[in-house]
Amino acid sequence: MNRRMIAYILGKILLVEAALLTLPMVVAMFYRESAEPFLIPMLTLILCGILLSHISPKSRALYARDGLAIVALAWIAMSLFGAMPFYISHSMPTFVDCFFETVSGFTTTGASILTEIEHLGRGVLFWRSFTHWVGGMGVLVFVMAIFPASDGHGMHLLRAEVPGPAVGKLVSRLGDTAKILYGIYLVMTVAEIVLLLLGGMPLFDACVHAFGTAGTGGFSCRNLSVGAYNSPYFDLVIGVFMLLFGVNFNLYYFLLIGKVREVLRSEELRTYFLIVAAATVTIAWNISHLFESFSTALRYAFFQVSSIITTTGYATADFNLWPPYSRVVLVFLMFAGACAGSTGGGIKIARLVILGKTAVSDMRQMLHPNAVATVRIEGRPVSSKILRSTHVFLVVYLLIMSISTLLLSLDGFDLVTTFTAVVSCINNIGPGLGQVGPMGNFAAFSPASKILLAFDMLAGRLELFPMLLLAPSLWRRHSFLR
Amino acid sequence: MKIIIVGAGKVGLALAQHLSKEHSVTVIDQNPTLLDHIINVYDVMGVCGNGACADVQKEADAGRTNLLIATASSDEINILTCLVAKTLGVQHTIARIRNPEYENQLRYMRGELGLSMAINPERATAREIARVLRFPNAMKLESFSKGRLELVEYRLPSGSTLGGVLLSDLYKNLRARVLVCAVARKDNTIIPSGDFALQDGDTLYITATPHELEQFFRHLGVFKCRASSVMIVGASKLCYYLAMQLIEMGMTVKIIDQNSDRSTHMSELLPKALVITGDGMDSELLREEGLDQTGGFVAITGMDEANILMALSVARQYKNCKVVAKINRQPLVDLVSNEDMIGSVVSTGSVTAELILQYVRAMQNASGSQVKTLHRLIGGTVEALEFGIRSDSPLIGVPLRDLKLRSGILLAGIVRQNGKIVIPSGADAINAGDDVIVVTTSTLRDIRDILQ
Repeated sequence: MNRRMIAYILGKILLVEAALLTLPMVVAMFYRESAEPFLIPMLTLILCGILLSHISPKSRALYARDGLAIVALAWIAMSLFGAMPFYISHSMPTFVDCFFETVSGFTTTGASILTEIEHLGRGVLFWRSFTHWVGGMGVLVFVMAIFPASDGHGMHLLRAEVPGPAVGKLVSRLGDTAKILYGIYLVMTVAEIVLLLLGGMPLFDACVHAFGTAGTGGFSCRNLSVGAYNSPYFDLVIGVFMLLFGVNFNLYYFLLIGKVREVLRSEELRTYFLIVAAATVTIAWNISHLFESFSTALRYAFFQVSSIITTTGYATADFNLWPPYSRVVLVFLMFAGACAGSTGGGIKIARLVILGKTAVSDMRQMLHPNAVATVRIEGRPVSSKILRSTHVFLVVYLLIMSISTLLLSLDGFDLVTTFTAVVSCINNIGPGLGQVGPMGNFAAFSPASKILLAFDMLAGRLELFPMLLLAPSLWRRHSFLR
Repeated sequence: MKIIIVGAGKVGLALAQHLSKEHSVTVIDQNPTLLDHIINVYDVMGVCGNGACADVQKEADAGRTNLLIATASSDEINILTCLVAKTLGVQHTIARIRNPEYENQLRYMRGELGLSMAINPERATAREIARVLRFPNAMKLESFSKGRLELVEYRLPSGSTLGGVLLSDLYKNLRARVLVCAVARKDNTIIPSGDFALQDGDTLYITATPHELEQFFRHLGVFKCRASSVMIVGASKLCYYLAMQLIEMGMTVKIIDQNSDRSTHMSELLPKALVITGDGMDSELLREEGLDQTGGFVAITGMDEANILMALSVARQYKNCKVVAKINRQPLVDLVSNEDMIGSVVSTGSVTAELILQYVRAMQNASGSQVKTLHRLIGGTVEALEFGIRSDSPLIGVPLRDLKLRSGILLAGIVRQNGKIVIPSGADAINAGDDVIVVTTSTLRDIRDILQ
């Protein structure tokens, strides 16, 4: 347990957050709003950051448990400090609400406790969406891109923060890998802002929606979300970009260096697009009677499918009012989630592909008990370690979900609301069904429930284990449930 | 620079550790567990597969790689790996080649097969062992400029006359011109200045000419003559190379090995050595073979643990015998070199890694100078480098006191073109054609890097 190194890295992360706060402060000053809500947290962050990074680590080695602890602590600390601007500007009634909103931002969930967004200050709204952008690619990946990595042990950090069953580097140096990922991320975000501007969206709105799309978050600056613009062009741009941000970023790197065949061979990508296409067409057919033409139905269906499968959570229509089939498909998509190594949440398509193939191979083994079963992805056998970790992930995921649903039911809401609230939080989507549907919000829950949901969001974003093992990873004794 | 290392064994691991700090390194190995370990510990990328396979090398982006180092266990695979790499466009290739049969045709391999460098770890290790046997006072001895200047590692025993002595006083009172260029005290590494006081238990790194070194140790009253007879336990390839060198130096050599086939083979190869079949752990046998009159004892069996135990027991019983043990696993090396338990410790892996690092550093020289030798001291925290100064170096002709040196840098010696050794003072200047020995805690690529 290298506590000094953990404190040192946390200090650096807080300094980075202080730097990130300058952007919303500039926006606030530009719109002649008070800069105070950003200045106070910034000074606090700088103070804490400098104090922590003054702790000089005796050794720079980071082991697996340190990696888990850093990731979990960093996300909690960032959310606590990130909630200060909301609290100081009195945007939300209590600090728990502010914390919930910030966690929802950093984890790219997009679940809100606000009903009325449009009266909020521009600076606060910008910060609310900017947290999506920061949280989408990961804070530690960002820190690794700008600070030289600790003695190479940074793989533990990357593994804990980047979603997916197996995490690899793109190039040999961790810092370079992080720079490439952030480079791709930045270019795609700017491209979306430009396309939205070309369609006539104001710059501020374009930025907010691009951040929400890039991090697959889903905070908007309008009460009616993207539906407020009622423009097929915006629906298309945002819909397509949501899908693109849900693709594994490694594939973009392969495209850049000309390995097109690798991209086409990706089973995850093919499955992802297949699911999107199937869901879009069947939902469009199911809801076509609600709209004047099939093409309009297709437009709304595509946007909603893209928004839910990538776990963004933007809405152009109140899908809470759609027929049962469509709602069930959307709930399924919530579980599926986007591709591994993207900014999206959920179980991830890669894991579903592995699970499906394991099921088939196990069934084959029932027919031929002595057959050798190998699960292959893209022609390569999947190691039994990854198979087991995928199964364990699913079990723990379902367990957390059931326990959360049980605890949340104490608040006394109906089953659909309770269940989908948990599902949408743990999968980092945002809206659920019932009272937490696209036109509802999470304000009605009790403070304890909000903290529970915030935990679910963090667990979902960090792939469960850093949050679950936070306490054991900080214990001084090196034992865990002996 | 982009570097590919084939083989994640001990040498591969040591190389990854040192190269990954400044280069982007990719490691190829067939064993996924070894790869997993190396990726977790160092900042490198791993590719799983046969390194001699063109597809695998392409996956590791061999086309844009500057250097490939083949350190797999088999010579043939290493040679093939380098051949494939050459055709894929790798600029430099280094192969580890152990078999003496291939060794004899190194010139052919360099010329015809395009290998930039071939390394024989056993022979390099044998050379290192032979050096400390020649000068038993040193725990380790390295030479610069073809042996004109030497660097010895010497641990101050408790109760030494040097305890508490200031370095400036030491230089004044001694007639020998030596320079203490680095000191390891517990976990700290110090590049000392004149007002530095020595302590018992310090490990000193001293540079001087061979003659002056002898004077120095005579003055301290601890000088030991070079070993005239040596006992070697373990009849391996390394033993063959070592015995050859020792015999050439005029020492008498006794070789002990348990396996009678191996000892018979060794006695056929080395007619001048006495080969004994027996257990090196058996202290009765050692006494019978006259270890009390033997100047050196070298434990180089394949088992680290056996080597350590043999060396410990011999070092305890025979105070005048110089004991050398081969230990391959780094944690064990750290363990025994912490205390003054065994005279000297060598490891094949670190000797190999040192040679390769020297080559890599030499590849990077911008201009004006060239790394001729590189030795890593104190577990790699300090490096001693020898730069050959070319005529276009900016340092030429400037008195040293006018150079603004970075901190943690010491000029340990200048070897003039005529072979004269200068222990540098402020008035001396560097000339073209000199060899300059620099001791530093940072990494230097070029002699210009010593300036601020």
